[in-house]
Amino acid sequence: MMASRRLSWLLSRTLSASYSSGAASLLHSLVRNSGGWRNINRFRFSTAAAVEELITPQVPIRYTQHLINGKFVDAASGKTFPTYDPRTGEVIAPVAEGDVEDINRAVTAARKAFDEGPWPKMTAYERSRILLRFADLVEKHSDELAALETWDNGKPHEQAAKVELPIFVRLFHYYAGWADKIHGLTVPADGNYHVQTLHEPIGVAGQIIPWNFPLLMFAWKVGPALACGNTIVLKTAEQTPLTALLAAKLFHEAGLPEGVLNVVSGYGPTAGAALASHMDVDKLAFTGSTDTGKIVLELAARSNLKPVTLELGGKSPFIVCEDADVDKAVELAHFALFFNQGQCCCAGSRTFVHERIYDEFLEKSKKRALKRVVGDPFKKGVEQGPQIDVEQFEKVLRYIRSGIESNATLECGGDRLGSKGFFVQPTVFSNVKDDMLIAKDEIFGPVQSILKFKDIDEVIRRANATRYGLAAGVFTKNVNTANTLMRALRAGTVWINCFDVFDAAIPFGGYKMSGIGREKGIYSLHNYLQVKAVVSPLHHPAWI
Amino acid sequence: MTTKMPTVKFTKLFINGDFVDSISGREFETIDPRTEEVIARIAEGSKEDIDVAVKASRVAFDHGSWPRMTGVERARIMMKWADLIDENAEEIAKLDAIDAGKLYHFCKAIEIPSAANTIRYYAGAADKIHGEVLKPAREFHAYTLMEPIGVVGHIIPWNFPSSMFVTKVAPSLAAGCTMVLKPAEQTPLSALFYAHLAKLAGIPNGVLNVVPGFGPTAGAALCSHMDVDKVSFTGSTKVGREIMCAAANSNLKPVSLELGGKSPLVVFDDADLDKAIQLAFLGVAYNKGEICVAGSRVFVQEGIYDEFEKKLVEKAKTWVIGDPFDSKVQQGPQVDKKQFEKILSYIEHGKREGATLLTGGKRVGNKGYYIEPTIFSNVKEDMLIAQDEIFGPVMALMKFKTIEEAITSANNTRYGLAAGIMTKNLDTANIMSRSIRAGTIWINCYFIFGNDIPYGGYKMSGFGRDFGLEALHKYLQVKSVVTPIYNSPWL
Repeated sequence: MMASRRLSWLLSRTLSASYSSGAASLLHSLVRNSGGWRNINRFRFSTAAAVEELITPQVPIRYTQHLINGKFVDAASGKTFPTYDPRTGEVIAPVAEGDVEDINRAVTAARKAFDEGPWPKMTAYERSRILLRFADLVEKHSDELAALETWDNGKPHEQAAKVELPIFVRLFHYYAGWADKIHGLTVPADGNYHVQTLHEPIGVAGQIIPWNFPLLMFAWKVGPALACGNTIVLKTAEQTPLTALLAAKLFHEAGLPEGVLNVVSGYGPTAGAALASHMDVDKLAFTGSTDTGKIVLELAARSNLKPVTLELGGKSPFIVCEDADVDKAVELAHFALFFNQGQCCCAGSRTFVHERIYDEFLEKSKKRALKRVVGDPFKKGVEQGPQIDVEQFEKVLRYIRSGIESNATLECGGDRLGSKGFFVQPTVFSNVKDDMLIAKDEIFGPVQSILKFKDIDEVIRRANATRYGLAAGVFTKNVNTANTLMRALRAGTVWINCFDVFDAAIPFGGYKMSGIGREKGIYSLHNYLQVKAVVSPLHHPAWI
Repeated sequence: MTTKMPTVKFTKLFINGDFVDSISGREFETIDPRTEEVIARIAEGSKEDIDVAVKASRVAFDHGSWPRMTGVERARIMMKWADLIDENAEEIAKLDAIDAGKLYHFCKAIEIPSAANTIRYYAGAADKIHGEVLKPAREFHAYTLMEPIGVVGHIIPWNFPSSMFVTKVAPSLAAGCTMVLKPAEQTPLSALFYAHLAKLAGIPNGVLNVVPGFGPTAGAALCSHMDVDKVSFTGSTKVGREIMCAAANSNLKPVSLELGGKSPLVVFDDADLDKAIQLAFLGVAYNKGEICVAGSRVFVQEGIYDEFEKKLVEKAKTWVIGDPFDSKVQQGPQVDKKQFEKILSYIEHGKREGATLLTGGKRVGNKGYYIEPTIFSNVKEDMLIAQDEIFGPVMALMKFKTIEEAITSANNTRYGLAAGIMTKNLDTANIMSRSIRAGTIWINCYFIFGNDIPYGGYKMSGFGRDFGLEALHKYLQVKSVVTPIYNSPWL
């Protein structure tokens, strides 16, 4: 029941082949390429047909064992588990199944690499060069990584190749740049003391990542931990173990010493739990569901009180004000929810629309959803692939039924697509009320809920009436409205006239039950540093 | 001594992405300090050329892509530039060695790769220039934007042609500025080579312009230009003052100055003696003493003074002077005739003032600008050799009794660039660190520079800092943006 089954995350535009690699141009691309999306939509084909003619990925499965202490090894038990192709539900490959003993071995390797190894003792500049070399190798292998990512995860290949891989590389450049700029402070004391703070690596970091953005979550976790000089045991999601193993292999080719980054595949209740409760792990970082986050936090509390960062679920509002350009708002709200099959923790899953433009917005949103191209994610022009696995697939369909039963109006979609794999029709509900389950729970699928509001105070109250607080979108031309909403919304990210803009430098994380701590940006470094105050007396100082 | 002459590929001004002749058509000679012979004739930039270069920079700043790129994109180009420098390290090292008399093997193994590393450091900083969101006392939302300052004029010296080039250029590029750089007339070669590589790496035309020439003409034109937004200078205190006047008399451009020094190295009785001797000697002999942080005043506590002096002189006598292309050589020639003669005249002055010449004091050979490492003892603090920056391998050795005396003596200078402290005692180290008025304090080490370690002077050693994230601030404007907010749930 635990399993790091879920997710988190992420980024920007999806499907334009003309994606520009500049991170700050994400929004621009979004606006510039909206015409391109329409073009793609014209060539829409039937999903059933698309699913029947699957493209076979031309990529070898090179690594399926654990990577511990620089070597690929079988599970201690010898057991394996299957990783599936979500387009068909068929097995891609058996993968070594980690359990307590594998985690113990990995932690021992990481411990040794931290306590005795060269990694924390290297100069920051040397660490930074290894991170840069790794980024170069990833660029070189980006076709292989992107194909593997789509195969294992089901996300559109164009998105993986043209958006996520460049962002992955960008993240490692970013953290390489931090490695030699991690500053402690010299501190003024109330007395004759010389005080300084040393920012030291925290030690062995345990990291548990979800399946929705396997590579990007790898980068969010591994990048800052390594830049700060830590060693790592990473447990991938059981749905998507493949790309992390290849990436970690490339890291060793780039010169990462053995034991610094260990990757164990496996399930949450076994391998994940072992990592979270390990007495020799100094720090735990988890991205996944709120339910699992609670378990992780509890395991940390019951073991060695290791500090925990959690990046959990969300039910993020997307607020369309009355002065908004409706066409742009429709496109952005659609993107905010449907991107990555709706499998984003920050998905804009409550679309609040001002009553004056509600009808027009609804009509156009429905039209947009109907045009969404669902099919084999390896095919060009496909915007939406299958959900990750049968469990998620069924959960999404259950929520759709719940929406219908609670008398929300089903505008379009509402069922699976085809008869094979985990494809779900893009689904739009209108007349959604705040107390309906589909407006409260994180669905994590292509289900948009559109709600009507009258004034700003009302929408602030309703947008905040959730146990989550991960992100929010605001669509308005009015600077006062924007300023009011950006402060009033209780969420870790507020996107104004944009959504899912994910840059390495922009911190991300949740208020309330969306989590603890921030990833990315300068803030992420603090997750992986201890602060040591060093105090010594000063005799006859020239100044204080 | 004319072995391994490198081919000089670039001798013209680099303006707006092209190598061009000077408008006047004039050239000047750059000289091999080993032989006093001409290496190459270089286009001589003057006011008109500076005008053209500033215009190219202005256009590149006001309309070009560089300040409008993301920091990430600038960083990628800078990383590529750094890689190209690494690939060409041997050739650049030859240029610096022949132009400045620097040790070739040291340049190739250390200085040129370090220059590439400095570029990488600032490439890594380009996407980390943060403004702040502020805390107004009323219902306002306010934040700061850190904006590139605009067109920067850089004027760099001849003692570290490569390090100085990247120390100035890299942070200003990272900040999004465009620039005109004037290298020293003694050492224009590597700067032009770097410009060529910058173009190959993809730095857009007009962003980085290099105009070789002389201070009173090209340098002065840059400093008094009405369309230059900032001048960053490294060189002598005398010229620094002229630059500041020129800035004041033109458009009040902000100036940062990294100037001369007369840095003390203070050796206490409890110091590791052998290490102290080694550092003290290197303090004046490294790079022929042509370094603004040379430890040119060495204060030794009386308990170890005699032994220190004896061993120091022994050390100086083992020092190998000769052709900087020879891997066994530890010291090459001074950069040019003017410096060479100036140093010798200071040595004569020291003798006349009554200091004791312990070792050295003469030129080496009869060709090239070679000078023996020179140590004076019995130096009084008011002697010229204890007050002026000599910029050559000349040490003023002095004795002290107490820590209070050491502090007073160390601070008895118009300069404040750096200081070294040799002691095992924690309290001594702490007291000295805070008491000495200087921009860098080295405790049990010396000449430890680092990309992340800010560097610059107190007092008449200048103002502003190179290196570290501090250096970025020289090339940034701070803009506060303020707007009212209504019904904010918090203030």
